[in-house]
Amino acid sequence: MKIPSPFRRCAAPSLSRLRERAGVRALVLALALLPATAVAQTIAITGGTVALGDGSEPIPGGTVVIRDGRIAGAGVGIPVPRDAEVIDARGKWVTPGIVAGFSRLGLSEVDLSADGTTDDKAQNGPFSAAIDVAPAINPLTTTIPVNRADGVTRAIVAPNVARNIFAGQGAVIDLGADMDPITARRRFQFVELGEAGAATAGGSRASAHVLFRNALREAAELQRFAVPVSGGGAAEPGIERDPVIRDPNESRLTGPNARRSEDVLLTRFDAAALVPVLQGRQYLLVHVERASDILQVIRLGREFSGLKLVMVGVTEGWTVADQLAASGIPVIASAANDLPASFEQLAATWSNVGRMRNAGVKVAIGMIDDSDTRNLFNQRQYAGNLVALQKVPGATGVSWGEALAMLTSAPAEVIGLGGQLGSLRSGKRADVVVWSGDPLEMTSNVDAVWIDGVRQPLETRQTKLRDRYRDLAPGTLPEAYKR
Amino acid sequence: MTRRGGAIALSAALLAGCAGGAPPKKAAAIPVNEDPYPSTYRAYPGTPTVIRGATIFDGEGAQIDNGTIVLADGVVQAVGGPETPVPAGAFVVDGQGKWVTPGIIDVHSHLGDYPSPGTESHSDGNEATAPARPDVWAEHSVWPHDPGFSRALANGGVTALQVLPGSANLFGGRSVTLKNVPARTVQGMKFPGAPYGLKMACGENPKRVYGNKGGPSTRMGNIATTRATWLKAQAYKRKWDKYERDGGEMPDRDLAMDTLRGVLAGKILIHNHCYRADEMAIMIDLGHEMGYKVGTFHHAVESYKIADLLAKEGICSAMWADWWGFKMESYDGIKENIPFVDKAGACAIVHSDDANGIQRLNQEAAKALADGRRAGYNVSDAYAWRWLSFNPAKALGIVDRTGSLKQGKMADVVLWNGNPFSTYTRPDHVWIDGALMYDAANPRMRPVSDFELGQPGEGDVK
Repeated sequence: MKIPSPFRRCAAPSLSRLRERAGVRALVLALALLPATAVAQTIAITGGTVALGDGSEPIPGGTVVIRDGRIAGAGVGIPVPRDAEVIDARGKWVTPGIVAGFSRLGLSEVDLSADGTTDDKAQNGPFSAAIDVAPAINPLTTTIPVNRADGVTRAIVAPNVARNIFAGQGAVIDLGADMDPITARRRFQFVELGEAGAATAGGSRASAHVLFRNALREAAELQRFAVPVSGGGAAEPGIERDPVIRDPNESRLTGPNARRSEDVLLTRFDAAALVPVLQGRQYLLVHVERASDILQVIRLGREFSGLKLVMVGVTEGWTVADQLAASGIPVIASAANDLPASFEQLAATWSNVGRMRNAGVKVAIGMIDDSDTRNLFNQRQYAGNLVALQKVPGATGVSWGEALAMLTSAPAEVIGLGGQLGSLRSGKRADVVVWSGDPLEMTSNVDAVWIDGVRQPLETRQTKLRDRYRDLAPGTLPEAYKR
Repeated sequence: MTRRGGAIALSAALLAGCAGGAPPKKAAAIPVNEDPYPSTYRAYPGTPTVIRGATIFDGEGAQIDNGTIVLADGVVQAVGGPETPVPAGAFVVDGQGKWVTPGIIDVHSHLGDYPSPGTESHSDGNEATAPARPDVWAEHSVWPHDPGFSRALANGGVTALQVLPGSANLFGGRSVTLKNVPARTVQGMKFPGAPYGLKMACGENPKRVYGNKGGPSTRMGNIATTRATWLKAQAYKRKWDKYERDGGEMPDRDLAMDTLRGVLAGKILIHNHCYRADEMAIMIDLGHEMGYKVGTFHHAVESYKIADLLAKEGICSAMWADWWGFKMESYDGIKENIPFVDKAGACAIVHSDDANGIQRLNQEAAKALADGRRAGYNVSDAYAWRWLSFNPAKALGIVDRTGSLKQGKMADVVLWNGNPFSTYTRPDHVWIDGALMYDAANPRMRPVSDFELGQPGEGDVK
């Protein structure tokens, strides 16, 4: 029997592919005349305080070795390869790059009143679930270098809902200075089932739930009638009929043989896009905040047992933490919600993350509807603030190591990429940041960043503006000549 | 007050009537009540309190290690080293390993006007029905039960704040400065004697809001409407100045013009929402043209480009540490804006404009401090605290009463459980006018708004 490996599409690229990518990067960088960013095959970062990002506490005097775009070793007593470029990190901290747990990074240059620069939602478009953010990601949007320069190396990128509870399919991207940003395309579908879901469903949660069920029904129907394209509906001899739909754009789903009943609300493309969700081949990220909404999602997970659910937001999660933990559904939480900003967030508290974690919920940190196009670098501030709670009577904080993990390995894990990303364990993609100090302190700055083992430029439009106006004394030419 | 004004009018009329054979004299001017919604705030009773052994930032730039501070009768009695004499019987707080600072003052908040929960029915911050509405007063929108006040206190160490109207309008209306002490009414929160502010706005927002509602639809339209409104105010002021000087028939009162006349008379301070350097320069000239002074530019994302001009004009900039790019006029934001403004000798303030940001202004200042140091501007932690209390107090016209830990000033004080520029630090105790308003160790000392009573999470640590 053929057992398809889950998420094969997103499996680790081969070494040659990595080299090829690195080559592309080097070319791009050379063209951009950026300083000293040649690809080093082997790099050893020595003497720094090394935090692996897997929940463990930081290790003083550690070494991190990068070889061919991967972590070759990290910790104490790691030998420095003879051919390595050595980076002295004494007095500094070394961590995996931050993985923005929920963002709209790369989708928006300027958010408001700047026609043509925002691609996070299609308010007047005909499609919903079929939308795939990947073609809209612009690696040259200024938000990418600004976040890269502050230690963010990967991001989970979701579309925004427009006219349907299903927003579309999100990607995982890297923030490298190259034109190849996609780490995992169509990694997940994003759906709103709380207040925002109710609003887009016509005004009630009840309506959102019916729409949700109907969408899965339409996907199931399409899946059932979909047959291999070749052979005009009958399986070709020797070719096993494969009921597994990996790509929603497969012509099996959209071709003439994929029959649908008359009773449909979704376009064919949108229904087809939900087939991999239904089959558990694509994650379903569900945004809910209120305790009762969280419980409803847990029930949906039991009813549609194939779904690979991740809950997003989850401000009131702590009030139902035991049920959440028992469900096994991981959470990308808004760490900083502590106000009853809406009636679905009445129980908001900074202790939410710690309490869910203590109950056994897998928690990552994201910035849901919180400067999600651009200020992802503030996730580390939020993580530090979670650590701060350990000193506040009655509050539930998290340890330093856990807090860092919530920014690095946890977001990668909840989206099924923990094997590749998010920690300094051997074999992981070499996304590495050297910080001037403790990375959870906002007084620490980034000294160096590698993505897939490639040293990254840290210059941004902001640093160029800074340097232009650093000295306001009148010069012999206007400022426009200064760069 | 209104009643008293009436009595004066009556006696003036009687006096005029008794003047006998002299030519009929004009009736003396009836004074206008300039404080019709007076503060009813009274400091809560405090216990004489001594904090010992803490690191003290006095708010004006000085740091005292192993410091002692004495609070009694609502004011700072003494600040000094371990030798500072303390009153017998005072409540003593051990400040070892902790930091003492003046309470944070946020010059830019919409708490109460855009409260939580943010339902449409609570949206009271922009009177977006005409571009010039200096007649509206932010205090008339403040919902004192906004849970945001208590978060700003307990998590942010905020002891005073200015609530401003929004920036949809060129003239947004009057602001109000509040003590961050819960009350049943906004009057119960008003900072006694704090001058009013006038919120003005330039740039994108007014033209976006009014572009399809009769204008202005351009920046030049913004400026034209602003100038025309000031010209009216000048005429109004002439009329009223004459009346107050000479008496006679009382001119019609106009609430909008009352506010602008207050500005022209120097009684009301200007808080001008403005992002771009070029627009700030125009607003500075406009102030000169019309006879008023810009007190503070708010948001001021490009202040770093004209920090020398701002220093020369004595104008404060209230800024974020790292917000940028959410609209075109914030596109050139840099992380060194705050320190670069300070470096030029201009008045730098860290502000929030946000119910979440107000809870961590100390950390926002920490970012600015670190980015400034990285860019070569080395100032001490204690000095940087000026951006959080002294400079904002100056911008609000209350620096003679609060904003630093000087003898005789209001005892608006935060004891932090670590260095307040660390993400690992939170307030331990907060005093306002010497009264303990928050104690992290005591669940009874966590304010719970009416709205939160009987709701999930009531009284929880937030």
